[in-house]
Amino acid sequence: MKTIIRLAICFSILMQSQAFGQSGSMVKIDGGEFIPLYGTKAEVRINDFYMDVYPVTNAEFLEFVKKNPRWKRSEIKKLFADENYLREWTGDESLSADQLPDSPVTNVSWYAAKNYCECQGKRLPTVDEWEYAAMADEVQPDAREEKTYNKFILSWYETPNTYKKTIGKTFKNYWGVYDLHGLVWEWTLDFNSVLISGESRKDRTGDNNLFCGAAAVGATDLMNYAAFMRYAFRGSVKAKYAIKNLGFRCVADVAPENL
Amino acid sequence: MKKLFIPALLVVLFTGCGSGEENQQEDLQEKMIASGSVTTEDRELPDLSVYHLPATWTTQNGEDIQLEDLRGNVLVMVMIYTSCKAACPRLVADMRGIEKQVTKKDLDKVKFIMVSIDPETDTPQRLKEFSKENLMEDDHWLFLRGTPEATREFAAVLAVSYKKISPIDFSHSNIISVFDEDGVLVHQQEGLGVNNKSTVAAIHKEISD
Repeated sequence: MKTIIRLAICFSILMQSQAFGQSGSMVKIDGGEFIPLYGTKAEVRINDFYMDVYPVTNAEFLEFVKKNPRWKRSEIKKLFADENYLREWTGDESLSADQLPDSPVTNVSWYAAKNYCECQGKRLPTVDEWEYAAMADEVQPDAREEKTYNKFILSWYETPNTYKKTIGKTFKNYWGVYDLHGLVWEWTLDFNSVLISGESRKDRTGDNNLFCGAAAVGATDLMNYAAFMRYAFRGSVKAKYAIKNLGFRCVADVAPENL
Repeated sequence: MKKLFIPALLVVLFTGCGSGEENQQEDLQEKMIASGSVTTEDRELPDLSVYHLPATWTTQNGEDIQLEDLRGNVLVMVMIYTSCKAACPRLVADMRGIEKQVTKKDLDKVKFIMVSIDPETDTPQRLKEFSKENLMEDDHWLFLRGTPEATREFAAVLAVSYKKISPIDFSHSNIISVFDEDGVLVHQQEGLGVNNKSTVAAIHKEISD
């Protein structure tokens, strides 16, 4: 526990001295192969992509709804968001007194998050992309075996109301991305993973009788409990849910050079 | 994975962002109402209607449609993929079991729709073959294939998603959904080979309304 506190203090001192990057800026994540928590023992291939350095903020989302009125709180179709959508805002275009412009926007549905990214010419990250970028700590791209890395995440999961903090206050990871852990949970494009991929097409999971295309999770690394919690969380939400500690960020594909 | 990104980009180009297209449609409808060619009843789509999804789908006959084109029908929908050997045949059988309980004269008010969750493999041709193999060639059977993005959004509406079956296992749930004439979800049946009485009742209720 002491280490975590010390770490946390370290982080906060370190971060406060960092100049605030331009919001909406992106960094390149070099693709590679990794074995995610779920699914097969086969490696998943991740292509190079760009990722937002920070989660989308209240201020940025406010701009978005001004330009795209169908995503205003009073106008959004119930199909696309539940009653918690932008719940703490005091109006269609106004944050509440204790919501900071630089805090991550939360209480947004998957549809809203997805459309926001599309409006920026970006998209939501896939679960695999998000997990790939998020397994980095400050110094290495895959820190999943590091005790401090896992402890930091788990201690965050036990800390309430971190969504009220502002962006850029947690650690900057190996890729230059902030706040993947420590601030808010984030939407992913395929959180409901409905599309059949090459691997799951063969019905080779154990529960063939019960489920169609069952991409069953065989946790390859139960030690990575933190990641497991994220998968459980994703499995429990619906696209119209707007949750107070769930925000998002966008990614973009790296254009193939030979095109 | 790579293959999925390209269509995803295309979707961004086609559906764009925001609401431009939708507004235009609404404006047009306003004009049509003003001129008396459309009644208000035709126009108002409930907030929860699945017809708010703007995507275009291709049928087993190669026709491009939007879900809204199906307005006025009771929809019975399920997500499948044709190369699935285990659960899908049973889901298909479940759909047929439901269809058989709808009287012939009512069948023109109902569409039984299979939406592919494997759009890469399930081309319209393949869906057509599947419909023949399964003797589902009447007009009330519809097989739809969309872009990965459209499929994702549609699945999100149906809440077809990972289902927790044990602390470490997640799988896709098998859900048959019934929508009313305005595209509002009115009933869902979950699981395979389950008693379909309430699903059939829901369909009959919507037909008679």
